Amino acid sequence: MAPVGVAVAATKRVIFALAALALMTVARAEVLAPDRLDVMYHSYDGGGATIDGPSILVRKNIGTNVAVSANYYVDMVSSASIDVLATASEYSEERTEYSVGTEFLHDRTIIRAGYTSSDENDYQAQTGSVSISQAFFGDLTTLTFGVSYGEDVVGQNGNPEFEEEVRRRRYQVNLSQILTKSLIAAVNVESAVDEGFLNNPYRQVRYLDPNAAQGYSYQREIYPETRNSDAASLRAIYYLPYRASLRADYRYYEDSWGIEADNWELRYTHPWGQRWLFELKYRNYQQSAADFYSDLFPYRDAQNFMARDKELSDYTSDNIGLGITYNVPEKWLWVFEKSTVNLYWDHFQFDYQSFRNVLDTEAAPGEEPFYNFDANVIRFYFSFWY
Amino acid sequence: MIRLALVCMGLLLMTGCSPWVKPYERENLADEIMSFDRDPIASTYLHHVYEAREAARGADGASGGGCGCN
Repeated sequence: MAPVGVAVAATKRVIFALAALALMTVARAEVLAPDRLDVMYHSYDGGGATIDGPSILVRKNIGTNVAVSANYYVDMVSSASIDVLATASEYSEERTEYSVGTEFLHDRTIIRAGYTSSDENDYQAQTGSVSISQAFFGDLTTLTFGVSYGEDVVGQNGNPEFEEEVRRRRYQVNLSQILTKSLIAAVNVESAVDEGFLNNPYRQVRYLDPNAAQGYSYQREIYPETRNSDAASLRAIYYLPYRASLRADYRYYEDSWGIEADNWELRYTHPWGQRWLFELKYRNYQQSAADFYSDLFPYRDAQNFMARDKELSDYTSDNIGLGITYNVPEKWLWVFEKSTVNLYWDHFQFDYQSFRNVLDTEAAPGEEPFYNFDANVIRFYFSFWY
Repeated sequence: MIRLALVCMGLLLMTGCSPWVKPYERENLADEIMSFDRDPIASTYLHHVYEAREAARGADGASGGGCGCN
């Protein structure tokens, strides 16, 4: 029996070594991701705005060192948000985005390049990006540098003479680190520089006007033509003693417009059996207002720069999310190596602390209740590995 | 700015303590539930929602730059 036992033990060692090698290749950063197709329906519904549409992402490796990817994405917008109801009328529009990307692997280095084009009837944006990743220290550490440059053309419906430009630059550094056999963490630092027409050409600010029936009037908002921002984040995922993971994220942000923001998130992921994966998360976000933000300016042309964009006011947002992934048995979709069906639902609650609900016409100007709204986000998608 | 510096210091300390984890000890790390970006199509979309609704941008693990579509 001894030789059989030795042979079995040797076979187990070989299987274990092969399994370890296979796992290692997954854990190593310098291996390209597998071929994959994703088809998603996305939906955002909240604050009077509905935005939904499809997204299709395909990724294909060419040999072992090159990968290409492409994404087709559509936002179909129907908006009657509070801004629209206060100063304009409900509208519908569509935004289409195309992205292509490539990755090149050499030893422990991955070089990525990408290009994105976004088009809607009054806004065109093009962005190019490159990054380089290098794995160190037995692949425990991966360092990535990335830059992107974008040029936007801003138009205005009903005003064919209006055309402005925006240039956007972003610089990213990312360090991911395996800390223990159950803990991985990553640090991101990113700076962004925007120059050009950063307003929304439709949005207006309001100011006290004793000659107006409701006590206030509107004028166009005016933003600075530059905006510099810095953000740093820390993320970590811990493998729990049973097969589940706990993820924590924190990010701090500040910019030259005087906005400070931070957000944190906890996410729990729990597989169940061979087929199911459940996810539960909570995210909190809060920010201060821009220096030139006011819900109600004291008079017309009160400042050089004026904004009444609720996204530049001080507010908090709470977000809970639930997700389910089902791993489809291979016999049902035998043409693919693996297939999943995924449904993720996120609920947001936004509470503004200096943006007032002007639709409440009973209140005196500047005494309306603060605005709040909730939103639901759905991601329903199929993923196929081939 | 102080908070930003604290985050950066935390990161430096974290990267300084890198215990050796051997390749055959990375079974847990290789599990799909340990990925920061398990489904890029889904995470990219949610980052888009965040950027459209929040003033903050960047350092969220998403690649590339914004589409300027908020």
